[in-house]
Amino acid sequence: MSDTIENRLFQNRYIVDTGQPHIRVTPHETPSEALQSMVHVCPAGCYSKNEHGQVEIVADGCMECGTCRVVCQDTGEIEWSYPRGGFGVLFKFG
Amino acid sequence: MSNTTRFDAIVVGAGPSGNAAAYTMARAGLNVLQIERGEYAGSKNVQGAILYADALEQMIPDFREEAPLERHIVEQRIWMMDDKGHTGMHHRSDDYNEERPNRYTIIRAQFDKWFNRQVRDAGATVLYETTVTDLLRDAQGRVIGVQTDREGDGYYADVVVLAEGVNALVGQRSGLRPELRAEDVALAVKEMHFLPQETIESRFNITGGEGVVIEAMGTITEGMVGTAFLYTNRESISIGIGCLVSDLSRVGKCSPYQLLDRFKAHPSIRSLLEGSEMKEYAAHLIPEGGYRAIPELAGDGWIAVGDAGHFVNAVHREGSNLAMTTGRLAAETIIDLHRQGQRCTRQALGAYRKRLENSFVMKDMKKYKDVPRMLEKQGSTIMDLYPRLMNGAAQTWFRVDGRDKKAKENAIVKAAWHARGLGLLGDAVKLARAWR
Repeated sequence: MSDTIENRLFQNRYIVDTGQPHIRVTPHETPSEALQSMVHVCPAGCYSKNEHGQVEIVADGCMECGTCRVVCQDTGEIEWSYPRGGFGVLFKFG
Repeated sequence: MSNTTRFDAIVVGAGPSGNAAAYTMARAGLNVLQIERGEYAGSKNVQGAILYADALEQMIPDFREEAPLERHIVEQRIWMMDDKGHTGMHHRSDDYNEERPNRYTIIRAQFDKWFNRQVRDAGATVLYETTVTDLLRDAQGRVIGVQTDREGDGYYADVVVLAEGVNALVGQRSGLRPELRAEDVALAVKEMHFLPQETIESRFNITGGEGVVIEAMGTITEGMVGTAFLYTNRESISIGIGCLVSDLSRVGKCSPYQLLDRFKAHPSIRSLLEGSEMKEYAAHLIPEGGYRAIPELAGDGWIAVGDAGHFVNAVHREGSNLAMTTGRLAAETIIDLHRQGQRCTRQALGAYRKRLENSFVMKDMKKYKDVPRMLEKQGSTIMDLYPRLMNGAAQTWFRVDGRDKKAKENAIVKAAWHARGLGLLGDAVKLARAWR
């Protein structure tokens, strides 16, 4: 029954606002523990660590839950807003 | 619609609370604008989901004739799980096969769309694909409208109903409320699994429109504070698991979807899902901080309802009914002021708080006000140790192995004493205190 995150997200419908990501990680040398935790906490697996140990985001599969915003609120490492109206995830069932 | 049109009320969001508020006000003849960021109402919304008939009946008594409902619930299973099995309580009654059933499983994207159509039919104007970005204020700081991501000067109204959901971005960025604490929100992930209707009915021993719900806790959350669920829809099963965000980010080992995978693979669950086809994966935050986490609910020209007001009874897994009820009570408060020709000032909107206090909403929120704190401190004991002890005790009790019953009783008591000692007494007292 176990499945990869990619296979899961493949089932979902998205309208991606190309070139306008609604979440950005601010440039950093060393990510805080909070930001690092997002690599496993993000339910869409949007966060990953690059070879320099910095945390990056590709928000295309984001389900707009807001968890990263809450976890990183004190570190200021994330800029978070909702996608423009009409863009982002579109739940068929919810 | 010209941007200079002034509305009696603007409702931000088209979930259960926003739809309830907009519907109630539009029915009373108010000029209502509702703004939803999704392509349609429900497209951004996620819930288990259970619909509690009573809250909706207060507004739409004959909703059963048209609303998209899945199954009415005749059986509730509450499971305490360890790694190999579960011990639990099941309650089922033919009394729930009544003319006006009390609880239904629903699919939110479909249900919200239907509810929102009732809002439009009642006369409200609904703008889709529009994200509210800010509140508009006058020189005195009173809220007089909203700014959106559409071009223009925004939209004006006597009052803004913030039904924007758990993240409450508009309220928070406008300084009306603090940011959510990681200890006060749970992250839940959910999958929709499709199976033929007959398969679901034979697996769960149900017929016709009957449905079963399972709520589970235990070692499935790896010591974190959380619960899992499985709900039967007509031709699908909703299955999910959620844990406090503070625990998930601290424990720092497993992803929410890995927890869900383990729950699905658990021996008590696996066969219920066998052969199903997964058609959607969703995630959402649930406000679980309880009474103490409720923010300011009203001010000059604004009022907050539903998840944006932190209205979830986590102990009873109720939220959509609190959302609809708070949306309706906010609307009734506004309607009264409108009819009296009064402005929606902070003081005048205080009547909303009184209505809440007189309803089950605040009574229930207050009753469990200490539960979140207790769980914050006692989380792993309650989520991990006790489920293990219970399942161990059940197995000792039910296995027939030549040991006499007195020896079995002693073994059960000894296992509990060994694990927790005098803490048992303390836990019982803390639980009783938090519950009363």
